[in-house]
Amino acid sequence: MKHDLIILGGGPAGLAAAIAAYDAGVRDLLIVERDRELGGILNQCIHNGFGLHTFSEELTGPEYAARFIEGVRERNIPYVLNTMALHVSPEKAVTLLSRTDGLQTVSAKAIILAMGCRERSRGALNIPGYRPAGIYSAGTAQRLVNIEGFLPGREIVILGSGDIGLIMARRLTLEGAKVKVVAELMPYSGGLKRNIVQCLDDYGIPLKLSHTVVDIRGRKRVEGVTIAAVDAQNKPIPGTEEEYACDTLLLSCGLIPENELSREMGVSINPVTNGPVVNESLETSVPGVFAAGNVLHVHDLVDFVSEEAAAAGRAAAAYLENGETARREIPVRFEGGVRYTVPSTIDPALVRDALTVRFRVGSVMKNRIVSVWMDGERVQKKRRQIMAPGEMEEVRLTREQFDAHPGLDDLLIRVEEA
Amino acid sequence: METVNLICIGCPMGCPMTVTLENGVVTGVSGNTCKRGDIYARKEVTAPTRIVTSTLRVTGSRTGAVTVPCKTKTDLPKNDIFRCMRALAGVTAKAPIHIGDVLISDVAGTGVDIVATKDVL
Amino acid sequence: MYDVLIIGAGVTGCAVARWLSRYDARICVVEKEEDVCCGTSKANSAIVHAGFDARHGTRMAELNVRGSEMMEALSKELDFAYDRIGSLVVCLNEEDRPRLNALYENGVQNGVKGLAVIEREELVALEPNVSDKAVAALWAPTGAIICPFEMTLAFAENAAENGAAFFFDTEVRALERMDAGWRVETSNGVLEAKAIVNAAGVYADVLHNLVCEKKIHITPRRGDYCLLDHAAAGYVRHTVFQLPGKRGKGVLVSPTVHGNVIIGPTAIDVMDREGTNTTAEGIAELMQKAGLSMKNPPLKQTITSFSGLRAHEDGHEFLIGESVPDFFDCAGIESPGLSSAPAIGECTADLIAKRYGFSEKSNFKATRKGITDPKTLSPEAWNELIRREPAYGQIICRCESVTEGEILEAIRRPLGARSLDGIKRRTRAGMGRCQAGFCSPRVMEILARERNVPLSSITKNGRGSELIVGTAKDAYAEANDEA
Repeated sequence: MKHDLIILGGGPAGLAAAIAAYDAGVRDLLIVERDRELGGILNQCIHNGFGLHTFSEELTGPEYAARFIEGVRERNIPYVLNTMALHVSPEKAVTLLSRTDGLQTVSAKAIILAMGCRERSRGALNIPGYRPAGIYSAGTAQRLVNIEGFLPGREIVILGSGDIGLIMARRLTLEGAKVKVVAELMPYSGGLKRNIVQCLDDYGIPLKLSHTVVDIRGRKRVEGVTIAAVDAQNKPIPGTEEEYACDTLLLSCGLIPENELSREMGVSINPVTNGPVVNESLETSVPGVFAAGNVLHVHDLVDFVSEEAAAAGRAAAAYLENGETARREIPVRFEGGVRYTVPSTIDPALVRDALTVRFRVGSVMKNRIVSVWMDGERVQKKRRQIMAPGEMEEVRLTREQFDAHPGLDDLLIRVEEA
Repeated sequence: METVNLICIGCPMGCPMTVTLENGVVTGVSGNTCKRGDIYARKEVTAPTRIVTSTLRVTGSRTGAVTVPCKTKTDLPKNDIFRCMRALAGVTAKAPIHIGDVLISDVAGTGVDIVATKDVL
Repeated sequence: MYDVLIIGAGVTGCAVARWLSRYDARICVVEKEEDVCCGTSKANSAIVHAGFDARHGTRMAELNVRGSEMMEALSKELDFAYDRIGSLVVCLNEEDRPRLNALYENGVQNGVKGLAVIEREELVALEPNVSDKAVAALWAPTGAIICPFEMTLAFAENAAENGAAFFFDTEVRALERMDAGWRVETSNGVLEAKAIVNAAGVYADVLHNLVCEKKIHITPRRGDYCLLDHAAAGYVRHTVFQLPGKRGKGVLVSPTVHGNVIIGPTAIDVMDREGTNTTAEGIAELMQKAGLSMKNPPLKQTITSFSGLRAHEDGHEFLIGESVPDFFDCAGIESPGLSSAPAIGECTADLIAKRYGFSEKSNFKATRKGITDPKTLSPEAWNELIRREPAYGQIICRCESVTEGEILEAIRRPLGARSLDGIKRRTRAGMGRCQAGFCSPRVMEILARERNVPLSSITKNGRGSELIVGTAKDAYAEANDEA
């Protein structure tokens, strides 16, 4: 079996990529989804707040997904469900497994990686204590509550103020549980400000910054956790321990792009994002393999996932039409607290009307200017009152800016004090 | 004169805003970067509202779904949230259900309908 | 009335049951937990010691070497993962060399085959990431890695297939001497047996002291471990020990049979026989010590940490034999207990059989087949399997690529899994990098469906570890009912 384009993942990134690739002329494509329905993690994100950028209205996760699923159906884009991609070879042969089609190898001319991410587990966090039932990642709890209709616990402590954790604090409160506290290791929240307001403040749930869980009690089921303040090195401060009786500990301590398949096929991974290193076309180090969404870098907003994935879809279509082309690689340099950029290299000749470069900063910074420099000349700047690691930033580079710098070989994104 | 500091929940920007009131009447909003922020701020200090999302139990789904996600069709006074949730408890919806279907009308006498946010076949 | 009642379904109890089941005798195993392999057997280094460490002349030395020699053939007979990768004891400075040589001598005396002291150059060729400080090492080619869950399950399943009965959630509360044999009072009713085998791990002293004049004392010695992701595979090729020295015993760094890297254990004496909680100090110690023998261990790849309790008897020796008439101890089984388990099972079974004149069964089935792992099949064979049972085409655990077919087997086979941890030990579902984040709701569903019980009764590891506490909004429903 053969396809021009295989899209690994039928969540928001995969759906948007498929639609854009189709609209750019790709007809022989296949979306591979491991779950029993399209839509990915949006299906369990039943809260509202999606789609303001894309649709100028506030949708819930399933509603947002439905718009894209509808788009896939309208175009008759083929997809398979309950199908796992077990391996991908560097030659783009994809080994698929499903109950209906068994084990089969499908080769592709181009691939879009859209596998999303997973949550950081208790083990990866090295939280000491017992290992009883009642320790869930926030997303697992979200699935249990929203899809299965169960309550994972009644008295809850949440570690980590990532958005899923904040959203689950509200969901569990509304569904009849008592959320006692949200502890956050860092001196700032990992989630969006609006979620602090409408998920914690609305319900009187305390948020303790610079705190972590230092012990988990209970042999069979969680009976309580100990929370302590941490110092500037994130080490617990003796004497600050506070005991919380609870039956559940939820963890919302970060997301990790799922790049095991990418690594296997030889895609270079950026150690900062844990996602593939990509160029302006969102193409990875393996030609014809593109990446978008949370597999590339973890996003805060699905709207940007869709936008990014659509760009990957168009780039895959262009690759299928033109094949590999000679290119220049101009690294995107960054300074002033920027941790990474996506993309990390640019060939100005391949930028169409504009290029969005997304990045995150490493700490909370106030009163800053984000500026872009081309060959030593500042070509744009924008004022940012506050920048935080929990919120993705972007700059938009225009065709005109590139045109004004022919032979560009130094591109710098810098965060400066205002 | 009284001032209230707010963080806008209108969109993910989360603009920090200041509302000034005179005898309970809003006299000014600052810090917002769009019209929606202004509207939110005025409402938040006088009659705060929220969209509520939840799920209902489902029977008869041929895909095996046991819940259907739902929301209040429009926002609800903040004080009515738990009353609304209580009214959802014990309600079972019957598949097939389509996005936008009214699952409960005038929930808990608030005048707001509960609508499905997903197709459940 | 059973002929033999074995207390404890850890690796030792299951080994005794397996070797006893060769004989015509009514045997049963009682276990306080809900499954086999719930104590020390599930939380250890997962290695087969070559046998150079235990002091020459001890039971420990004899049974370790014998167990290690039995292991490879046994792994084929009973179908469990075993890989003879060899082990290295790394010597980090010249002044420790006499201790390295002494270890070599002890091993030779114990009868360990193929031992050699190798110099730095050869060591680096064998283990490229070994510490720059390493000067020499003891090379033991018979050292191996193993899956302790699978081995324990294999012993238990094979024993069950040969007629041994297993009673779970059955805690022994009292032992009463009768005219002939014992009356055993448990949390699950009364059982009677002619002979008792005490394989109760960290509780073995409690049971022993109930019936024996000569008291023994066991200290639970906690060992913390870190397990690294598959991504770290290849970092270490052999089981790398640190030469026990002035600074303590050191920790090992080793591959596992499933392609992870394990680091551990610490050695912290605790009071609590259920005290399997890890501590920040323990984990910090591991991380620091791992870097002594190996360069830059990829600790960022840690996917879980856990701890197990070794049953450390004051004399640091296996206590095996008939301590009072009809009461057989397998006590003080700490490291190298896993390595010695087959030998302990064999010698204890032979002792009991001889004592009571059991005759060998004509229909003993010596082999056992493990759960099908489709990943080891050819594509054609995997597809054939899927045609027969489509569940082998449905991945449930993404991280370890475990299919629904394997999970169904784990539930349906003898002594089948009843909990999430039971599934995990049998299939590895939930053992990967996401630590069951994605698969646990799916596995819970499958367990509930297969066992025809409500999902709310599904546990992590037996009664009291229920995973969900109710349904969404049930608190309102109750309030509404009352109103």
